[in-house]
Amino acid sequence: MSPDQIGFQTLLKKEVMRFWSVLGQTVTAPVITALLYLLVFAQAMQGRASVYPGVSYTEFLLPGLIMMTVIQNAFANTSSSLIQSKVMGNLVFLQMAPLGPWEWFGAYVTAALVRTTLVGAAMLLVTIPFVQLPIREPAALLAMFLLSSASLAVLGLIAGIVSQKFDHIAAFTNFFITPLSFLSGVFYSVHALPAFWYQASHLNPFFYMIDGFRYGFFGQADVPLLQSLLWSLGFFLVASAVCLWMLMTGYKLKK
Amino acid sequence: MSSSPMPAVAISGVRKSYGPLQALRGIDFSIRQGEFFGLLGPNGAGKSTLISIIAGLVGADAGTVAVMGHDTVSDFRAARRKLGVVPQELVFDPFFKVRDMLRIQAGYYGCGKESWPWIDEMLERLDLADKAGSPMRALSGGMKRRVLVAQALVHKPPVVILDEPTAGVDVELRRTLWSFMTDLHRKGTTVVLTTHYLEEAQELCERIAILDHGQVQVIETTQQLLARHPFRFLRLKLAAGAVLPESLRALVSGEPNGSVELKLETARHPIASVLETLRLAGVAIEDVHTRDPDLEDIFVELTGGDDA
Repeated sequence: MSPDQIGFQTLLKKEVMRFWSVLGQTVTAPVITALLYLLVFAQAMQGRASVYPGVSYTEFLLPGLIMMTVIQNAFANTSSSLIQSKVMGNLVFLQMAPLGPWEWFGAYVTAALVRTTLVGAAMLLVTIPFVQLPIREPAALLAMFLLSSASLAVLGLIAGIVSQKFDHIAAFTNFFITPLSFLSGVFYSVHALPAFWYQASHLNPFFYMIDGFRYGFFGQADVPLLQSLLWSLGFFLVASAVCLWMLMTGYKLKK
Repeated sequence: MSSSPMPAVAISGVRKSYGPLQALRGIDFSIRQGEFFGLLGPNGAGKSTLISIIAGLVGADAGTVAVMGHDTVSDFRAARRKLGVVPQELVFDPFFKVRDMLRIQAGYYGCGKESWPWIDEMLERLDLADKAGSPMRALSGGMKRRVLVAQALVHKPPVVILDEPTAGVDVELRRTLWSFMTDLHRKGTTVVLTTHYLEEAQELCERIAILDHGQVQVIETTQQLLARHPFRFLRLKLAAGAVLPESLRALVSGEPNGSVELKLETARHPIASVLETLRLAGVAIEDVHTRDPDLEDIFVELTGGDDA
């Protein structure tokens, strides 16, 4: 293995160890929160008409909840790691190391994927007593999961790079990630919305991530799978280009 | 073609401004392989900026830096593998234990398990062995400083920069650190030291550069630097009630511990003539002490009295 590969592998391992050391906060807590959403909403909406033919509301809700949690945790993993290192000052260890932009990018994003895989798998496991989801399109499911996780991990990296304190990350989360993930069709089908909000939802990239992910389970969704894949891929590519430019130029990292 | 060996660090035309403030105004010098080199200067002289540029933490506006022949920008991976930097700030990663942190740091530099014995040796040498399993956040300031030193050395770099490593640390750590560093230096490591303790620099460094206002004021061997001062100091403890003659008062440079210290230009004021003046004036003296100028005197002379 080349020194560069060892460097990448070490940074990846360190990022996984970082969230692993606080597993209660990084995996257990979001799973419990999502489970509470499921129980409350499933109870409140019991008896409502099916959103899709043959799909109960609880079944409809769970993939959206999983993806919402995945999105929020992918963002939180990269952004919080970077801002903590900045605030604590220990980012210098990485900055002085012979690691290039691609190693930073790859290691941070992959570590976030490991965390979101754990979160997603844990959610599926703990909800088995309540809902048994079919998996009609596994390839679509996997593609949407990876694209969505990676996109939000990259967005978290960008937020971590431009932020100088925890407040800045909180602003990203409170004014961007949380509203967009809640208004993305997690709890409802966008077809049930008034015309304006129906159109507005189609400008929300998180809507496509959730809708495409749901397609993987049921083989049906609000928009065609290709549209969701292209939106998610486009989002990932644009975010990655911005992020890599920041890492290559040292934007907000080098004085 | 020059046969001189490649410098450990080559700095050429380095400039850096922060808005209207010119932190570095064109720095040119080289540090030879195997040197124990001192980089001194008052606060705000540009030392930390220069070190940050060498380490890749700050981008220069102009100029180049090479570590062991590798440009720190275009060939940054090779340059960084040859360099270890002990940062001035007491920074640490609270998520990890001491040994884990050192292994992670070694991994960043492409070192695998083969570096683990060296890590254990450093833990021993720096009196950290019994703290190897402790979380970083549980360590005292002095212990964290030792870990910072070990982190900079995990990949056995041929060039090490110590940015004020002994600021605020106790005597024991200072001794441990200098014993370890002089040992590494004997084995061929180039050591670059910035410190506010000038006696440390005088004792350890073979060559010294003094920076002030973003420029190199002087770069000479420590002996040359000390020899360039044409003064000697004469400290007198006068008997009770004795008064220094008027003709000598202009030479007083200080009054340490109830004594009077005269700064004598060796050519114009031989010590014998000063003592004769005192004898003729009938001034009773309890004690006499002379000393050569030290680095602090030179530093004050060159930087106009700013703090080191």
